[in-house]
Amino acid sequence: MTQALVNVPAKAKRGEAIEIKTLISHPMETGYRHDTNGQPIPRDIIHTFVARYNGEEVFRADLHPAIAANPFITFFTVATESGVIELTWTQDHRDPVTQTANITVE
Amino acid sequence: MTSVVICFLISTSFAAEIPQDERRSGTAFMTRETQAMQEDDRANPGMLAVLDGEALWKDAPPGAKACAGCHGEAATSMKGVAARYPTFDEARGRPIDLEQRINLCRTEHQHAPAFTWETRELNAITAYVANQSRGMPITAGTDERSRPFVEAGRALFNKRQGQLDLSCAQCHDDNWGKRLAGSVIPQAHPTGYPEYRLEWQSTGSLQRRLRSCVFGVRAEPLGYGAPEQVDLELYLMWRARGMPLETPAVRP
Repeated sequence: MTQALVNVPAKAKRGEAIEIKTLISHPMETGYRHDTNGQPIPRDIIHTFVARYNGEEVFRADLHPAIAANPFITFFTVATESGVIELTWTQDHRDPVTQTANITVE
Repeated sequence: MTSVVICFLISTSFAAEIPQDERRSGTAFMTRETQAMQEDDRANPGMLAVLDGEALWKDAPPGAKACAGCHGEAATSMKGVAARYPTFDEARGRPIDLEQRINLCRTEHQHAPAFTWETRELNAITAYVANQSRGMPITAGTDERSRPFVEAGRALFNKRQGQLDLSCAQCHDDNWGKRLAGSVIPQAHPTGYPEYRLEWQSTGSLQRRLRSCVFGVRAEPLGYGAPEQVDLELYLMWRARGMPLETPAVRP
């Protein structure tokens, strides 16, 4: 049950800096902990976050084991053209999660 | 001599319950940043649990109806429900909380195994149901049948316990607004459960919060679902009567 919440402005003026906010549910298990039987708990983190604007990469982040569960990532980009912003979280053991949002630039 | 006696009387007398118009939700004691996180549904990590709960609401256990199969749209059927919980249950002759009601529904009507306390599933479905009552005034514990259990909860709230020999009231009635180490002591109104605690990095129930508090005064925490724990939940909800529900709240 991975849930992602994305906040991209629906409309923007050409050349305007827009803020994109993202939140995803993820345990971000560090790999440094042990369970009650002393067995190591395997690492399970999102290690890469990429944002593409009409296919072009505009933001990338590498995530590490010290980052809290349910990472909240925000960034700014410049509104250039109407189109699609595609956000991808790549994680350790499961398929990447992708969400898209449309933006209209006037 | 007289003044000495008066000082003695003041210092030993219990501060009374917080007057109704001085009550403040835990939200008021947080930083602006955490308040902003709670207010924005796309930044509030508690909403992730609400979304999980929405999926569970529509998901039928094998051979049974989903929650939605009987209750339909939660936005209408569950509106105001969480504001009444814990509520008196006829069959058990005592109050039960929202988590217990959900698990009774699962075992009795869906013939599915109960969710374990404090699992992602139970917190998610509870958060989803409680979210439908956001903004509505709390009414739990105001009926006649709940009264003895509210009183039992009040007694527990005022009872000193643990190695530190502290009652809930000594912090949350007498010293709210002051600091315990670096943290502000709130008034302990359970207005936003299940809530997302940044410290927990997850959504958790009121029972989890109570157990942490009891552990903090170095007493033995009550078990999940213990009747005394539900009485305490009921008293706290009654104490917050009229205050708006905020689920899912964010707390530091």
